[in-house]
Amino acid sequence: MLRTLARRALQALVVLIGVVLLIFVMLRIVPGNPIETMMGEHANAETIARMTKEMGLDQPLLTQFFRYIGSAFRGDFGTSYSLGKPVAQLIGNAFVNTLLLAVFAAVFAWIFGITCGIISAVKKNRLTDRIFMGVSLLGISLPVFMSAMFLQYIFAFKLHWLPISGTDSWTGFILPAIALGWNSAGQVAQITRTTLLETLQEDYIDTARAKGRGPTGVLLRHALRNAMLPVLTMMTIQFSGLLSGAVITETVFSINGVGRLMVQAISGRDIPLLQATALLATTVVILGNLLADSLYSVLDPRIRKEG
Amino acid sequence: MLRKKREQLEQAADIRLQSQIGEEERFWFLMRRMARENKTAVISFIFIVLMILAAILAPVLTVYEENDMDLMNRLSAPGGAHLLGTDEGGRDVLTRLLYGARVSLLIGVIPALLSLILGAVLGVIAGYRGGITDTIIMRIADVTLAFPSMLLAMVIMYALGGGLINVFLTLTLVNWASVARVVRSQTLQLKNSEFVEAARVMGVSNRKIMMRHILPNCLPTLLVLFTLNIPTSILTESSLSFLGLGVQPPNASWGLMINTGRQYLFTAPWLSFVPGIAIMLTVLAFNFLGNGLLDVLDPRQKKQ
Repeated sequence: MLRTLARRALQALVVLIGVVLLIFVMLRIVPGNPIETMMGEHANAETIARMTKEMGLDQPLLTQFFRYIGSAFRGDFGTSYSLGKPVAQLIGNAFVNTLLLAVFAAVFAWIFGITCGIISAVKKNRLTDRIFMGVSLLGISLPVFMSAMFLQYIFAFKLHWLPISGTDSWTGFILPAIALGWNSAGQVAQITRTTLLETLQEDYIDTARAKGRGPTGVLLRHALRNAMLPVLTMMTIQFSGLLSGAVITETVFSINGVGRLMVQAISGRDIPLLQATALLATTVVILGNLLADSLYSVLDPRIRKEG
Repeated sequence: MLRKKREQLEQAADIRLQSQIGEEERFWFLMRRMARENKTAVISFIFIVLMILAAILAPVLTVYEENDMDLMNRLSAPGGAHLLGTDEGGRDVLTRLLYGARVSLLIGVIPALLSLILGAVLGVIAGYRGGITDTIIMRIADVTLAFPSMLLAMVIMYALGGGLINVFLTLTLVNWASVARVVRSQTLQLKNSEFVEAARVMGVSNRKIMMRHILPNCLPTLLVLFTLNIPTSILTESSLSFLGLGVQPPNASWGLMINTGRQYLFTAPWLSFVPGIAIMLTVLAFNFLGNGLLDVLDPRQKKQ
């Protein structure tokens, strides 16, 4: 098993290097000198030349690339063009908000999703099942900006229950978390229902029933434990997705997170900032996928013994 | 979710290869079965056809012009002469919705088609040639798939700049990799089948085998991917437009309408909600249709 894990980790590393290279190249094929864009019309040619040299932008692309990797390992991602602060510091501050939002959204998605999934499976094809599945389908198909704006309009503007935007208190996270987590909740609910229904048809469930286990016992101790594996994998992947920055949600609710930083970087044509935020988001996703794969092989005894 | 569907598609192809009925005959048989058994897919299909008609017939269906300003009637609520209200310039929202459908549908269909072609060609080459070609193409695909699609789209749009053509290009570059994966795995199975072997023995060129013998056998799968890629493209574009990175005015996509309407969310909510609901229904319809196709093309699918 260890060998499989090591191979997967190596593959992830190769992909990560590819990602860094791709981001690096893409951001440098943009026409125009970034320094010129940054300094605006007032800069004279001499200053621009000096700044270009200072930032190493006159070097060949490959030299720039290895330099970037080298300083990235030391935690130095350069200085933001538009905000004038070290990128690492900007991202550090923003990441706290993104992390909080992701945790809130995940907690909502998982509690809501798993509960809905279990109830739907038990009440299969009844009205409750249909309502719950309808709500989760709505979550999957509703674009995030729509659910975010709906929630904002109803609960903040019409009912005044929660703040419209900002994160001055923890209540500011409730609406964004629901808007962001609804999609994940829908996916979790559907996969929980499907796998639980499949598991309930297994022979060992009949055995447990025959041995006199009550319905709740069979459901929770026997069926759910076995049905949770795909759900758990999906949750890992989802969490890394949430953590990679909720661009839309953060924009609608004015939360200063990594996603919003990314939008700022794009509108300010701020290459160091965009590069680092994109790198962070992709790394989180790659690690999440790696973790999900590993989790699967660690938790499933059938796979565990093979390796 | 996407990952699961891709795996399901790959397995479905595997089983279909073992059946001996002619592909075309079988395809229409399956379509009839879907029409009989899956009401949701049928309703979705009708909805999509109606929407395409509405988009084409927009000038006939409405008395207003797309960009007709009427400053006396700014932000008037739905009802009366303006069925879905007017926007900040007094333009009729229904009219803009119908014209926006043209842009949004194009944004759904064209990148889905382009990424299908690009992905299919690269996938079949990777699978058929194998070796270093395969490694290079699939590593690039892996890297593409490692990005959250919204982020990749944002970075490419940044590099290319806004505008409709660049939106097409961006969405194609975001979506080709998953197509390539599926087609590659089917090619690997088809490569060793008897009819490909026969063609090779008869001296048919590799290129012809790929284009004439292998790709046509992937068509049902490609149809599913095409249908499911359309809503993905529409959603990604609307998110891009929502951030001001997508289509630029005067081309009004639904996403752009939501973005401009957002400033008036609390005074004129219909400006955002009307195109938002349109996007939601369209995405839902294409997803239902795509899932319906996937279900009939996957023989192992059991009714829950």
